Order: sequence, then structure tokens, then C-alpha cells
Amino acid sequence: MTSAGSGLTVWQSCALSLLVFTGASQFALVGALAAGGGAVTAAAGALFLGVRNAFYGLRLSQLLALPRAVRPFAAQWVIDETTAVSLAQPTRRNARMGFAVTGLSLYLLWNLTTLLGALGAEAIGDTALWGLDAAGPAVFLALLAPMLRTTTERAVAVLAVLLGLGLLPVLPAGVPVLVAALAAPAVLYVVGRRERTVRPGAPGGTR
Amino acid sequence: MNIWIAVAVTAVGCYAVKLAGLLVPAGVLERPLVRRLAALLPVALLAALTAQQAFADGHALVLDARAAGLGAAGVALLLRAPFLLVVAAAVVVTAGVRAVAG
Repeated sequence: MTSAGSGLTVWQSCALSLLVFTGASQFALVGALAAGGGAVTAAAGALFLGVRNAFYGLRLSQLLALPRAVRPFAAQWVIDETTAVSLAQPTRRNARMGFAVTGLSLYLLWNLTTLLGALGAEAIGDTALWGLDAAGPAVFLALLAPMLRTTTERAVAVLAVLLGLGLLPVLPAGVPVLVAALAAPAVLYVVGRRERTVRPGAPGGTR
Repeated sequence: MNIWIAVAVTAVGCYAVKLAGLLVPAGVLERPLVRRLAALLPVALLAALTAQQAFADGHALVLDARAAGLGAAGVALLLRAPFLLVVAAAVVVTAGVRAVAG
């Protein structure tokens, strides 16, 4: 939607949404191009923002257990929203269903709004006016909440929030979230050490 | 032309990154440490992302109506409200706070 204002043609905007399909990366690319950045710099920033999708894929591939032939097609839909929905499902069947439904509906909606936005249909208006910009974090919170079952998960979430917000003012866009991912190995390390001190007789029991 | 190159590079790169995670061999994923790490990574990423969407404006941390909305969503979750109600609570409270604050 914002891309039309930064010198991209309708076709380029649509190609971005169809082919890249990772909101954060698209905005980064468009923003960098609009700011007069070179094509390479812009693309590098956008790629950096996309790295977290690899971590999602790691988890999703266990969860969904997709046949090898399907994976290249499923890959395009590995994003924040589909991961959050899939992880919130109780069974593999539901997780696959959640992934497919979320992926398809978001893909259609995202590309449709891009096309409308690029064509200059400003009728959608300002989402902030209606409080709709709070819907995103609320959806994530609702999907995240059931995952925070044990102290380990809660500790990871708290540490990640602190890292993500604390580093936001000082690091380039997209990097704080990646650094926040370090909360996972950090907490695992602490938990592992504690378990070893509690049960010194179990050699490498946590590995 | 330059823009098309940037679009193409980003598209190919972002797709490769997405695929990479899915293609990690099952053998590696069987190891307990990898398994636990893979389970915790999305928690960390989504938590950080949620916080940023609620409290960030570009590079600045802000406390605005969205925070009230997220708080309302949190309360709704604690009350075991259904999913749509949680999201609706966030939207309504955010809009309400904005209307009041002008």
C-alpha cells in the first residue's frame, strides 16, 4: 500500500506481495528504496528481516511433518501469522489445517489489498483511526498465551520482550527481533545448568 | 530496472530463507536439544514481535492507545474469553482511548 508512494509501479508493488510475501521485508525494501538507498542495500535489509522465517520453518517442519515434495510450495507461507496459528493447534491435523487456511487467506487478502492500494484506492483509510492497529499484537498475544505453559517458556518470552524493546532504538529495523531470538538458547542454557546441579548423577541428561 | 533487481533479489532470498528452515533434515531435529530450541524460538520471536507492534513507532518506544488495547486483550485472555472477543477488546479499547484522548 505504501509502495506506490515511493516510486514503485503497480506491477512492482504486486510482484513484491506475490513473490516476497513477508510484510516486514516488503516494507523495509520499499522504505529503503524511497529513502534513496541502493538496490543492494535495500534488498540486504529486507533479507535480514526475513531470516526469522527460517527459525519458524525449523519448528513447523516438525509440527506439520510435510512430505518432501510439498515443502517447496508450503515454504512461501512460512511467516509470523501461519506459525502462530499452527503452534496454537492441539493436533497435527489441526496444525496443518491452520497453516493452510491462514496461509491461503492471508496470501489472497495481502495481495488483494496491495493491488487496491497500488491502484490508488485509498478507501480503506487509516487503520490507526479505528484502533485496528492494535488487532495485530492482540492476535499474536492470544496465540502466544497458550504456549506459555511452563516457567521456561515464560522466561523466554519475558527476556525476548526486554531484548526486542530495549534494542529497538539502537539497532536497525528487524535486528532487535533476531537478537531477541537469543532468549531461547540463553534460557535453555540456564535451565540445563540448573537441572545438572540438581541431578549431578545424570551425565548430560538434558542433552 | 534497478527496482526490479531489488525486488527479484528480495523475493529469491526471502523464499530461500523460508525453505531452508523446512528442509533441515529430520535427523537433526530428532536431537532433544534442537527439538527444545526449535520449540522455544518461535515463542521468543513472537513475544518480541508482539511487544514491538504494541510499543514501537519506528525506532522510538511509545506508550499510546495500543498499550491500553493490548492490556485489554491480556485481561480478556486471563478471563478465558474467546479469541475474537480478545481481539475485539483490543480494537475497541484502543479506539476508545484515542477518541477520549483526542
